[in-house]
Parts: sequence; structure tokens; C-alpha cells
Amino acid sequence: MSAIQNSIPIFADENWRLPSRGRVGMFSLIIGESAIFTIFVVAYIYYIGRSVSGPTPQILDIPIFNTVCLLSSSLTIWLAEHAIERGCMHAFAAWWALTMALGIVFIAGTAQEWTRLILHEGLTIRTNLFGTTFYSLVGLHATHVVVGLIMLSLVLLFTLLGRVEQRHAERIQVLSLYWHFVDAVWVVVFTVVYIVGR
Amino acid sequence: MADHTLPIPGAITAAPSRGAALLEWLHGWVVTVDHKRLGILYVVYAIFFLLVAGAEALAMRIQLAIPGNHFVGPETYNELFTMHGTTMVFLVGMPILFGFANYLVPLMVGARDMAFPRLNAFSFWLTAFGGLLLYFSFIGGFGLYGMGNAPDVGWFAYAPLTAKAFSPGHNTDYWALSLIVMGFGTLGTAINIIATTLSMRCRGMTLFRMPLFVWLMLVVSGLTLITITPLTAAQIMLLIDRYVGGHFFDTQSGGSAVVWIHFFWIFGHPEVYVLVMPAFGIASEIIPVFSRKAIFGYPAMVAASVGIAFVSLGVWAHHMFTVGMTSVGNAFFVLSTMMVGIPTGIKIFNWLATMWGGKIRFATPMLFATGFLFQFLIAGLTGIMLSVAPWDWQLHNSYFVIAHFHYVLVGGIVFCIFAAIYYWYPKATGRMLSETLGHWHFWLFLIGFHITFDTMHLVGILGMPRSIYTYEADRGWNTLNMIISAGGMIQGIAVLIFAWNLIDSFLHGKEAGNDPWDAWTLEWSTPSPPPAYNFGADPVVRSRRPLWDLKHPNDPDWKYEQ
Repeated sequence: MSAIQNSIPIFADENWRLPSRGRVGMFSLIIGESAIFTIFVVAYIYYIGRSVSGPTPQILDIPIFNTVCLLSSSLTIWLAEHAIERGCMHAFAAWWALTMALGIVFIAGTAQEWTRLILHEGLTIRTNLFGTTFYSLVGLHATHVVVGLIMLSLVLLFTLLGRVEQRHAERIQVLSLYWHFVDAVWVVVFTVVYIVGR
Repeated sequence: MADHTLPIPGAITAAPSRGAALLEWLHGWVVTVDHKRLGILYVVYAIFFLLVAGAEALAMRIQLAIPGNHFVGPETYNELFTMHGTTMVFLVGMPILFGFANYLVPLMVGARDMAFPRLNAFSFWLTAFGGLLLYFSFIGGFGLYGMGNAPDVGWFAYAPLTAKAFSPGHNTDYWALSLIVMGFGTLGTAINIIATTLSMRCRGMTLFRMPLFVWLMLVVSGLTLITITPLTAAQIMLLIDRYVGGHFFDTQSGGSAVVWIHFFWIFGHPEVYVLVMPAFGIASEIIPVFSRKAIFGYPAMVAASVGIAFVSLGVWAHHMFTVGMTSVGNAFFVLSTMMVGIPTGIKIFNWLATMWGGKIRFATPMLFATGFLFQFLIAGLTGIMLSVAPWDWQLHNSYFVIAHFHYVLVGGIVFCIFAAIYYWYPKATGRMLSETLGHWHFWLFLIGFHITFDTMHLVGILGMPRSIYTYEADRGWNTLNMIISAGGMIQGIAVLIFAWNLIDSFLHGKEAGNDPWDAWTLEWSTPSPPPAYNFGADPVVRSRRPLWDLKHPNDPDWKYEQ
């Protein structure tokens, strides 16, 4: 068979380049995830003002500090990507840890917000339609942040053990794509829940 | 024929005992990450559930054969049609088509394996356990009628029927959870197929030299990404409603049952194209080979596929004309639905033009592909009829609709699936399927199909609604229903012949050789079955028909393409 194959006129193009499978896979995942978020966002927008009783979105405070933390974590992870590309592993570890810290601050902020809503405002997922859509949409995003944090912490762990090297830069960038996506989704969720819906 | 430069992996130690060998063999299939083995697992799994869901269909047909029958009760009947629909879509259609993609896409693009082999295995096992979870409900499901209550809310599970008040117990949750599990499996496979087609192609395999099957699977996978996920989202909402007291679909608290219908069909309609476009891919591989001509209008075929995928995202509410929409909404969905006919028509004409003037060989795969062409045309035409809102108001939820979509799903997709199995079985097993049994299978199935589903249009026009477990004798449907049931039995016999053919030919079939059909795509350059590493040397291609170039060095395709 190889004899037959060798008789194929050799394709002259030495620049046979294909996109990285990691990036293609992650972009595909992001497209799929976007569709899930779209459905939840549509449900949230459709149900704005349709609750028949209970608290309304006016009880929400705009989480500006949280938002600034999460969005700046996109910048720090980008700096980490550049550090590992250049092989500066210490800088990489530092930026990576800072990214994680910002993500943790965001989740802590969400936890604080939910505590206030549940204990002081009496808004739970079963209180009314606003509660159902609010907790499911913001919760869906928070779940993605938590999943992202788990993956970030694994990378940090391996970095501290000295197992992450410059040659892993592309994998790190693929994982960062996910984190950038989680940040970008927050822009949408923030706009819909805290600006348009309030 | 195997490549001599590479060692063939395998045990070289002394033969172990028979029990240990069996265990070793089973273990090999369970832990495998080989795309070919996973492809075969998908197909075998789907054929098993094809028999199960076929048996459910026959049980329904026995019940409906005569008026006032007591073969199954209304409760069981509800379970039967729910499980028949869910099984056929999620446990038969999707796995078998993704199974073919798993087996064929890496071979067709000249790759060693899928882009993410372990994700591939994970996706298969998610699908497999999702199916088991669904069927475990027959034993463990607790519902309105006590234990052993399978889901009985219909495959589209309209709210508020799924609310806790009307579906107590957890049989509906078996349905929702198993679909979420399988949804993630499907998502993984779709990601894998996209990454394989874009990133794993051999040298020279540009996008416009890929076989049409690969193109169609690329489009289908892209469509799957944005089609299956809305269903997953809607199922999560349903579970929130049922378990933590949410109000998404709870009309008493301001929620909306119509939102579920929208979300379901935003998934449900493109899903039809997710199922039918791999069938288009199969037809686009088989028809040229058996007509001895290159496919007519390759770029038009690609463009039409992408066009169908786009249009299919904007047609979902044609399932909802009777739910009540504004006249603008109705008009939009009427027109968008009719637009699907344009790219689909392009495809039909291209297949016909491929056959036109060709030297056609009517081997079993070609018989099924030809049957597909005619039946899919009729299915498309009744689809255009139903896209007209007033016509749909008259016939919605009648047997006319059932006949229409079974014409698509059976007359179109199942015929192509059979064609594909007859066509690629020699590649996967090294043996030919019996042509005699194949002809028996084809003709019996064709006759049974037309007896059943042609007649079903008529009872639909006479007003017989879907999902009823029995009817009164004075409605004028008696003879027609008997005919429909008889046709169903003929199809059942045909499928049993097919199953026997699969087993018998595996043991005693004629040796296939590498290229039994004198075909042109890369998978036929490997031994049958292909070795674990697929290609001894990385193939290099210069045209859409690399094997034609090899076989006809004086008249290669690459002189004419582009």
C-alpha cells in the first residue's frame, strides 16, 4: 500500500498548516456554551416584570467591585499567557495566582450578595419568577467561574511543582480562552440583570 | 496488504485460556480510544435500540390495528410513544450517525485518529449510560401509575404536563436527566468532529477536497453545538422547576408554558437537520460510486448544506402554528420554512444529475440510496404543504404529520443508514453482506414502508389525531389502520432479515478485500478492517478522488479540478 501511496504525485505545498486542535475544540465548546447562556438570558429578559408577587429586581445592588475584579482578571491571565510564551515562569506563576485571586474575590462577592438577598430580602429561587430566573442565570455563570477556578488551581498546582514549562504555552492559552469567555459572558449577564433588568 | 514497515500491535505471548481471552477482548472494547472501535460501538448500540424502539412501534401498531383494542392500556400506550420517539431520535439516530462519523471522518481525511481520542471515548460512554438511564425507568421509574412507570409525557414533553402536579414521582426526571447526559456526550462528539476535520487533515486535503460526507458532518457538528445546548438549558430549567420549586414553566406564578414549546423546538427543528444531513452525506458518497461518475456540483452541494443549516435555525415555530402567534409571526415562519426547499431541491437535482448518464450498478447500497431520493422528495413536498399555516391548522397533530415526519426519518434517514451499513460493513468487518438477503431486506422494507406511511397520510386527512391509544369503530379508519399495521409487520420482518444478515455475514460472508465497490475516497485504500494506525504512511491527496488518481495515473482528477 505504501508503494501505491508513494506513487501519488507529491503535494508541493510545504506550508501545510492546520489550525491547532486545542483552539478549535475550545472555540467549539465556547459556541455551545454561548447557546446555553443565550437560552437563559432570553428566559430572563422574557420574564422581566412578570412575577406576580414578591421582591423585584430593584432590590439588587450593582456589583461594581466584583465586575472590575472579574474583568481585570482577563488582563492578568493575558499577561500570564505572555509570560509563559517568553518562558518567564515566575512571572507566569505570579500573574496566574493573581488571576485566581481575582476570580475568588468575584465568587466571594457573589456569595455575599446571595446571602444578603436570601437572608435580608427573602428572595430564594422559589420565591417568585424573578428569583428563579435571577439565581439560575447568575448561578449558571458562577458555576462556570467555579469550574474555571478549579482548572486554574490545577495549573497553579502543577506550576508550583515545577511541571509547567514554556512548551505548555499553547495549552495554557487554550485554557485561558475559556476564562476570557467566562469574563465576556459576565458583561452580558451584568448588562441584562443589573442594568437593563433593573 | 498491511504496511510492512510498521509492526502490527497485538499480543505475541502464548495463547491464554478461553475465559481470560474473552475477558481480555471485552476489556479491550471497554477501554478503547480507537475511533474505529468507538464507531462500531456506536453503531451496534444504535442497532440494538433500533430493534427495541421498532418493537415499541409494532406494539403500538398492534394496539391500533382494530378499534377498541385491549392489547395495551392507555398508560402503557403513553409510555410506548414517548419512549419510541425519544429512543429513535436520541438512542438510534444520533448515535448511529455520529458512529459513522467517528469511523469514517478520520479515515476520509487521512488522519490517524480523532482529534481528542479520550474525549471521544468519554462521549460514547456518556451516550451509552444516558440510554441505560432512560431504559432503567421501566424498572426503577416511579410515576403516576406506580413503579416501573417509564416517561409518558411525549417526546416533546410540553409544559404543564411535566409539572410536579401532573407528573408526580420521577419518571419525567429519568427523561430529562438522560437527555442532559446524552446531550453532553453529543456535544463532546461534535467538538471532536469539528476539531478533526479542521485540524487533522492529511497533506493536500484542503477543505474543498474533502469528501462530501466529511463536509456534511462538519456542518452537522457545527449545528449540533447550537442545537443540542438549548435542549440542555431547557432541561435544566425543567429540573429547577421540578426539584427546587422554580417557576419557569409554571403559569400560575407568571411563568409560561409557551416558552417551553419555543425552547424545545429551537432544539427540535434543527435536530431534524442534524439527523438528515449525515444521511445527505451518505447519499453523496454512495450515489457517485454506484453511478461511476464524480458528484455533480460539489461546490453547490457544500453551499446548499451550509444554507440548510442556517435556514434551519429560523423555522422552529412552524411546529407552533396552532399554539397561536401573530399573523406576522405566522407569515415569517411559513416563508422561512418554505425556503428550506430551495437548498434541499439543489441537492436532489445534483444527485439526479450525478445519476444521469451514469453506468448505474444497483447493488444493495444503491437500491437504498435510490429509495431515499424518491421518498425524501415526497417527504419534502408534504413538508411544504404543512408549512402553509392554514393547512397546518387543519392537520396539526394528526396522522398526516406523523406520516410526513416518518417519511423524512424512515424514508429518508433510515434508508440512508441501511445504505451506509451495506456500503461500509465490508470496510469495518472485512466481509461482504449477503446481496440476496440485502435485496430481500430492501424490497420488503420498501413495500412495508409504503404500505404503512402512504396510508398514514390518508387517515390523517380523515382526521385521526396522533397519540391516541384507541378509536371508535364508526370513524371510518378501521381498514386503513389495519393496512398500516400490516405494513409495519412487513417492515419488522425486513429488519429481522437485516439483523440476521449482519450476524450471518460476519461469520460466513464473502471476503471483501480493500476496495469491493471500486470507490474513490481514502478509507478504501486501507485494509479491511483497517489497522489501528489507519495508514502505514501519511497519505497525500491532490484531488477530491484520491483513489481515482491512483487507479488512473494517466487521467487523474487533479488535472481538471480548480
